[in-house]
Amino acid sequence: MTNIKTTILANQEVAPGYYRMKILAPEFERRVRPGQFVMLRALGFGEPLLRRPFGVFQTGRLQADCDGLPEKEFLEILYKVVGRGTALMRDLHEGDRVEVLGPLGRGFETASNSGQQILVGGGIGLVPLYMLAGELLRQYPVRLLIGGRSREDILMVTEFERLGVETYVSTDDGTLGDAGPVTQVLERKLTRFPDAAVYACGPMPMLEAVNAICASRRVALQVSLEAFMACGVGACLGCVVKGAGHSKEDPRYLCTCKEGPVFRAEELDWELLARRVNEGGRDHD
Amino acid sequence: MTNPSLPENAMEAGPDLSVSLAGLQLKNPVMPASGTFGYGEEYSPYMDLGRLGAVVTKGLSLRPKAGNRTPRIAETHGGMLNAIGLQNVGLEAFCQEKMPFLRQIATPVIVNFFGNSQEEYVEVARQIDQIDGVAAAELNISCPNVKHGGIVFGTDPAAAAAVVGGVREVLNKPLIVKLTPNVTDITVIARAVEDAGADAICCINTLTGMAVDIHSRRPQLANGTGGLSGPAVKPIALRMVYQVARAVKLPVIGVGGIVTAEDALEFLIAGASAVQVGTANFLDPAAMIAIIDGLDRFCRQEQIAKLADLIGTLRC
Repeated sequence: MTNIKTTILANQEVAPGYYRMKILAPEFERRVRPGQFVMLRALGFGEPLLRRPFGVFQTGRLQADCDGLPEKEFLEILYKVVGRGTALMRDLHEGDRVEVLGPLGRGFETASNSGQQILVGGGIGLVPLYMLAGELLRQYPVRLLIGGRSREDILMVTEFERLGVETYVSTDDGTLGDAGPVTQVLERKLTRFPDAAVYACGPMPMLEAVNAICASRRVALQVSLEAFMACGVGACLGCVVKGAGHSKEDPRYLCTCKEGPVFRAEELDWELLARRVNEGGRDHD
Repeated sequence: MTNPSLPENAMEAGPDLSVSLAGLQLKNPVMPASGTFGYGEEYSPYMDLGRLGAVVTKGLSLRPKAGNRTPRIAETHGGMLNAIGLQNVGLEAFCQEKMPFLRQIATPVIVNFFGNSQEEYVEVARQIDQIDGVAAAELNISCPNVKHGGIVFGTDPAAAAAVVGGVREVLNKPLIVKLTPNVTDITVIARAVEDAGADAICCINTLTGMAVDIHSRRPQLANGTGGLSGPAVKPIALRMVYQVARAVKLPVIGVGGIVTAEDALEFLIAGASAVQVGTANFLDPAAMIAIIDGLDRFCRQEQIAKLADLIGTLRC
């Protein structure tokens, strides 16, 4: 875990409202585990005040600018412009300075007893699944089920396919792939591969549906959660979720930033999680 | 502000940043604000905790406390609202799980605490007094986000005096009392707390605030309201520290919106003997180290041999 002041290498729109930012990040390649995240802020603006958490899409190396210089290690994030923070990020360019804290949190466990690996990504939620796919592919066949509202919300399919992942797209409005929720594809796949391991990241209603399906079939599930947070290191307690067995007398709050963002499904209290989302949860920028 | 009587080699060893506070000797005046620094260990990857003037823990209660529902935080212009609700592991788990680490660090440990009732406040204080390795206790009578154990004791001078007096009877360690700004005249509470036996006053806790989601027309925080912190509150905090430092003889710890060494210096000049850094820890996990380095640099540039000489030197 380090905090570095560094430079943006690229910041490109990849679909309407979705951006891909490449950041110079020495030493991150060997330290980032699939599912981990970074806290990011632009330097020199003072607004927004707090950093924003972003899942790491991938790390890699670019050729050196000239002979004699080292290769450029980078990390890449994907984001959707949803509020003030991400709107400011959209306007950043190559050469602009940012501060990156990370890698943070607990990533995916990739040691699996199962031969079949199924990833489920909803919209921008597929970001942390890319590195995971890369790692799982060394040992297992990997299938990715991508869901989104419409075709613009389906990202990075080609990138996953290039890795060797079998991809299945569904959209709510049927503009790309199957019409309907991604969970209907999951049901089909689990019928065919009842012993698969499932990894999911996306909006809370999707995760709830995925959890319900996996729980009823006794399929191992890991989920990556999103939360608004101030610190990213387990101090502010702003991003907590209720763990399994939570009660007022015996509080079992888990920090999304530190104990997560990836949880085994059985670690969480799904009923309370759903209530949180229905009562007060909303997307933060 | 040059000092012609300064010995020629005085600055070579570096300026003296130490301050004394309620019987504690601190190597510098910079410490975290309770609730923004966990139990210390969370930030150990980012700094040598031994460089801090002190470490202040998350507020502790007799038993573990669940805290409020989420969302618990919201960002505002120049600040943030929080309504964590004093979630903490409880005193017993603190002693078993957190103190072994805290005993290893080379700086005083200040334990922040609260209770749900006068009796619980006193009982927590009694137990803290017995914890080996705790240098001082900070009494929280100012949390705006819980009904009991916070602001009800901090907004009424008689109630504040009663709880401070009760705690004083059982606590031999230095007693710091953290005050809320959510009162008409903070100096009235400060004087009551001084008369009841406090050793130092810490101000301010967060200002009660609110943010609304215009789409759902709900408060952004599940708690409805929350405590505002961050740069936005600094001028108010500074004014209150200035008022309290003039109203009481006790040393004052200034807190509210400090992000830079310059912010910290303003508080010292206004009368604070030490400062706490809160929200800035979230923006930069090593913020306090940058502030300490900045204080050192300022003293060198201004040829100030002893930082403590700046305390309360505001020219009016």
